[in-house]
Amino acid sequence: MTKRFGSFTAVDNISFEVKKGEIFGFLGANGAGKTTAMRMLCGLSIPTEGKGTVAGYDIYTQPELVKKSIGYMSQKFSMYEDLKVWENLELFGGIYGMSDEIIKIKTDELMASLNFEEERDKLVKSLPLGFKQKLAFSVSIFHTPKVVFLDEPTGGVDPITRRRFWEMIYDATARGITVFVTTHYMDEAEYCDRVSIMVDGRIEALDSPENLKKQFHAKNMDEVFQQLARKSTRKAD
Amino acid sequence: MKQLFSFIRKEFHHIFRDRTTVMILLLMPVIQIILFGFALSTEVKDTKVVVLANTNDDATQRIIDRIDASEYFDVAIMAHNSSEINAAFRDGKAKLAMVFENHFSENLKHTGTAHIQLIADATDPNAATSFMFYAINIINNYQQDISQSQAGGGMIQPEVKMLYNPQMISAFNFVPGVLGMIMILICAMMTSIAIVREKEMGTMEILLVSPMKPIYTILSKIAPYFVLSVINFLTIMLLSVFVLKVPIVGSFTSLFAVSLLYIFVALSLGLLISTITNSQLAAMMISGMGLMIPVMLLSGMIFPVENMPPFLQFISNFVPARWYIDAVKTIMIKGLSITTVMKDIGVLVLMGTVLVTISLKKFKVRLE
Repeated sequence: MTKRFGSFTAVDNISFEVKKGEIFGFLGANGAGKTTAMRMLCGLSIPTEGKGTVAGYDIYTQPELVKKSIGYMSQKFSMYEDLKVWENLELFGGIYGMSDEIIKIKTDELMASLNFEEERDKLVKSLPLGFKQKLAFSVSIFHTPKVVFLDEPTGGVDPITRRRFWEMIYDATARGITVFVTTHYMDEAEYCDRVSIMVDGRIEALDSPENLKKQFHAKNMDEVFQQLARKSTRKAD
Repeated sequence: MKQLFSFIRKEFHHIFRDRTTVMILLLMPVIQIILFGFALSTEVKDTKVVVLANTNDDATQRIIDRIDASEYFDVAIMAHNSSEINAAFRDGKAKLAMVFENHFSENLKHTGTAHIQLIADATDPNAATSFMFYAINIINNYQQDISQSQAGGGMIQPEVKMLYNPQMISAFNFVPGVLGMIMILICAMMTSIAIVREKEMGTMEILLVSPMKPIYTILSKIAPYFVLSVINFLTIMLLSVFVLKVPIVGSFTSLFAVSLLYIFVALSLGLLISTITNSQLAAMMISGMGLMIPVMLLSGMIFPVENMPPFLQFISNFVPARWYIDAVKTIMIKGLSITTVMKDIGVLVLMGTVLVTISLKKFKVRLE
């Protein structure tokens, strides 16, 4: 897939496959083209060239089916702050066409598993950031999508909350949901099954964290990333 | 359908959880009607008059009495020389001066001509024109009375009738204006802000990724403001009939139908604004500067369109409020049937269709 904005090539002929049930890390410096690539897969943006399928559906010809099969969590915190916790769940359940009974059952389950019983009736804006992020993730997989796209989901939260967040991601994959995640944190890259590293719109490396470390003779993912990112000629914005 | 209802419910939550906004939206028409109906009244009442009459004779006294008795005037000062008149104007103690020539009564009887000089403070030209008109009328009336009693004959007696608004109540003009303004404000401004807020918060992305149809998003954004506009319309009607005593002479159904059409135009304007802006502030500025000012100045609400220079008259054709206010005046104040405002309706329908088409197209482009 390629995406150009005028003469600027944001995503330059990238090609990859993500296996079902996998946690796929999508790494890159700011401005490397991660978000643009992800937006094309989510149907928010049309590729200039190339083709793509998500959950088995073509992103050009079957966008409605793609939309029904995916969940999305953006880097901006994107719940409705002036709605209560359960109202957000009800709304998104409704948008994805879930029936009232199923929404109710799943809400109860979710509240119990997150220990959110007390927060159920609170307005989202009154919750601490860590809670909000967990909620946003829960909402993005509330309708049990085949694939969930997470765009820098853990920005600005503390390490403990991030750790918990990743536990939730593992739970989701255990339920058969494929996770596609972009991140800045190299320790998080280690949690992924496979990672791709984008530099200046191209995928420079794609393998499991183990293999990448061997290939680049690095102790950890951070070193791998540093070696690749140094090649960048594009200015980060 | 369920999608749509879940979403409309959410929109009502947004509005009603924001108490300040609700209060503003519901009280705004009340405040505006009261402001325009009472405070910004252009009616002339109890204008202070200073009189200089050196010979205090019979005719002079009768004219002064008539002026003083009229509800438009209040004879405040009896001056003794012209410098007192100057002082009264300077200190703002009088807006109108009447100077009777010496031996007024005698001159009138013997030569048939007597002079009164009327001097007005014209800093407010509209008011000056009105009260000057009233003063001349009173003097003319007096003249007719004396010429009739002397059986002079051959007098032309103009009979002035103020059609549709015999008491010249300014509320008759302001109620349609306020209607036109409130609707634009609520529909266009609030709708555009509500849609742009989703963009600013990042929730729009989530909606675009979801299977939610864009038309549903638009409909549910519009629904609450549509309801609010109808409530405001009814509030303004109640206030104008019972507080300002502006009756609905024509058919209420026609008036309501035209208003619904105008609400539709205003909503589509709001939609268009939301597609071209990305921040709530920008949306507010565009609807504030771009809509409020033309509505106030170019719609005929305050200044008559006919008196504008040709260029501004041309521009005013593109202000929806101009057509709506005209239709409301025709139906509500003049009491004419809906068939007489077909031109206004046609223009509004055309505007609405064009706006909706453009904004729906634009809204879809974002989805790609």
